[in-house]
Amino acid sequence: MKNELRLAGGAVVALAIAAAALVVLPYIQVRDIAPAAGLKPYTETQLRGRQVYISEGCMYCHSQQPRDRTMGPDAERGWGRPSVPGDYYYDKPHLLGSMRTGPDLFNIGVRQPSKDWNLGHLYQPRAYVRDSIMPAYPFLFTVKSAAEEGDQVVNLPPGVTPAGKVVVANREALDLVAYLIGLDHTYPILPAEPKKP
Amino acid sequence: MDSAVLSLLGAFLLSIIGLFAFIWSMRKGLLVENPKAASMIFAKGEIGRVDDPALLAGDHERMQIAAHEEGDSGSQADPAEIEDRIESDRSTSFPVFMFIAFACFWLLIGSAAGLTSSLKLHMPDLLTEEAWLSFGRLRTIHLNAVMYGWVSNGCLAVIVWLLPRLLRTRLYGPMWVMLGGTFLNAGIAAGVGAIAMGWTDGMEYLEIPWQIGIFIFSGLALIILSALYTLANRRVKELYVSAWYMIAALLWIALLYFVAKLPGVHTGVQQATTNWWYGHTVLGLWLTPTSLGAIYYFLPKIIGRPIRSYNVSLLGFWTLAFFYGQVGGHHLIGGPIPGWLVTLSIVQSVMMIIPVIAFTINQGGTLWGRMYLARYSPTLRFMMFGGLMYMLSSLQGSIAALRNVNGVAHFTHFTVAHAHLGVYAFVSIVLFGSIYFMLPRVLNWEWPYPKLITLHFWLVVIGISIYFVSLTIGGWLQGTAMLDAARPFLDSVRVTIPYLEGRSVGGALMTLGHVVFVGHFFAMALRFGPHRTGAALFWQSKLEPALEK
Repeated sequence: MKNELRLAGGAVVALAIAAAALVVLPYIQVRDIAPAAGLKPYTETQLRGRQVYISEGCMYCHSQQPRDRTMGPDAERGWGRPSVPGDYYYDKPHLLGSMRTGPDLFNIGVRQPSKDWNLGHLYQPRAYVRDSIMPAYPFLFTVKSAAEEGDQVVNLPPGVTPAGKVVVANREALDLVAYLIGLDHTYPILPAEPKKP
Repeated sequence: MDSAVLSLLGAFLLSIIGLFAFIWSMRKGLLVENPKAASMIFAKGEIGRVDDPALLAGDHERMQIAAHEEGDSGSQADPAEIEDRIESDRSTSFPVFMFIAFACFWLLIGSAAGLTSSLKLHMPDLLTEEAWLSFGRLRTIHLNAVMYGWVSNGCLAVIVWLLPRLLRTRLYGPMWVMLGGTFLNAGIAAGVGAIAMGWTDGMEYLEIPWQIGIFIFSGLALIILSALYTLANRRVKELYVSAWYMIAALLWIALLYFVAKLPGVHTGVQQATTNWWYGHTVLGLWLTPTSLGAIYYFLPKIIGRPIRSYNVSLLGFWTLAFFYGQVGGHHLIGGPIPGWLVTLSIVQSVMMIIPVIAFTINQGGTLWGRMYLARYSPTLRFMMFGGLMYMLSSLQGSIAALRNVNGVAHFTHFTVAHAHLGVYAFVSIVLFGSIYFMLPRVLNWEWPYPKLITLHFWLVVIGISIYFVSLTIGGWLQGTAMLDAARPFLDSVRVTIPYLEGRSVGGALMTLGHVVFVGHFFAMALRFGPHRTGAALFWQSKLEPALEK
């Protein structure tokens, strides 16, 4: 039995050490962090939009974590100041992302505040950025022959709308754009852990 | 206390503990070689006998003659022990076949989803009308289908097949294993369906919703119970290193999955560190130990020579266990997480060089002067290529964790290439080789068209080489462009296009290889092809007259 116990015990202890370092300690350290002053909770619409962002997997190409100047020109590109834990207070699940196939979106609401631009760009990114490789999301829109009451018609650049039709944004597209426009973390922050006097 | 002091203190404590562990191991005699434990995968008198069930009888004979070395007695394996082994194989054949069949199914689904996603990255208007076919969902289907469907089922097949062999007993509770496998695969199928419909937990590697994750966890738990019961009924004194790796891997994946999927506990940046703790540890403490365990068994078994050093393999095991769990933080270098955590992960990533070197020395020593045997045995080719790629991917990982390298490689396709070097060129290739070895024993039937094994090997090896080289270069250029403030962001997109196309070419070759492999599997399972009665199991006795000539 000695071998088995050594094996199982050792294996579990090794994993427990790792979990303590990467799961439990951050939990203790982050648990008491307050939301950054200036950070607003998401509205209902934005939360629904955030769900669309997750369902469509936007985070696989877009990060939400501008880095410090020493790591890269994130600030020069207009992606914003380095983020701090307090910025993510309302984020469940986290959407930090691991790829920058497209640009960082932590402050996209500041760079692209236009609802029309965002809707049109989701419908056909290449109508706005010629060499973009972002997927088009036509399934978030309905192509109709005439707009009905309450429809949000998307103002597209000439030649993108199918002839004789209008493109109407579905609710998911509107929610998603509400979330994107709301992404604004440009408020100033205090140092993460102010030193006690 | 600032993080620099903390990490220095941590490093100091670590070295003290290491010193004590060393002294303890000296006292326990762990550094004295143990040739008996190293050769326990062979029956009495079996050393010097090659074993590759994927070979036809004639080829097997030729390999045996080529493998002859000075000092071989030419003795026969003890029939009683061979009988035990046949007993072990019989007890596992049904569950192992089930896992392999599921693995093949998911391999095809995963490859199709992966190839389509790859094409979409340079043809962004391809198949955009349906939500489930969009890039964000399809790439996630690819990841989950290959990660949980193909690789995990494959690993379970190897574990369930090898454990009874290594413990010289039968599989206890095969029905529980079957039930666990059913739960697991029902969970994967439901999870992939959920992702296609847009229901996901939204964290990389952990997308399958936790409600469905309950099935996956219970499936794993059932399999573990049976594995532990089998372990408790072992009839060998020492545990071979593969058994160490595999039993630990089973415990690790279950605990990892449980902690990471706990609903409602993780939040904010802590969730991010948990996410990447899981994301990297699932590779490091589930796929890697299982595949290493497979190499530690199959490679010596095929060439009929024990591994060089039992103790070096145990050193590799414990260093892997200790360091690999803590490397995940290197995915968040520069991110909004505590600095000490990133430093810790970078240090442990570099420490991973120790288990890699232990493994390489051991396998290299075993193969030294015997590499030419790869000409005879396709299974050995898979094992050698996989082992070599383990070394390369792990060393690359250690280097890419360094801050200045990571600064360029982070957020780019470079990481994707690295992930495929590990999970494909190492793990998947080893699984292919293991399946070629196991299936004739499982089905008591020979591979109908051995030439297809060679075709499969070259398709996937050339495919992954194109994939890796092209995406690594593309990713590096992407990173350089992204870090240059003078260049517009879109430059970092434009520069990758030819390399993304190259990746699709490599991916297409790999997919083609998988079609060949799964087709061959079906031909064998349905007893198509030339009728051969030479049941692979019993040729030891038939070989005798050939050798005496």
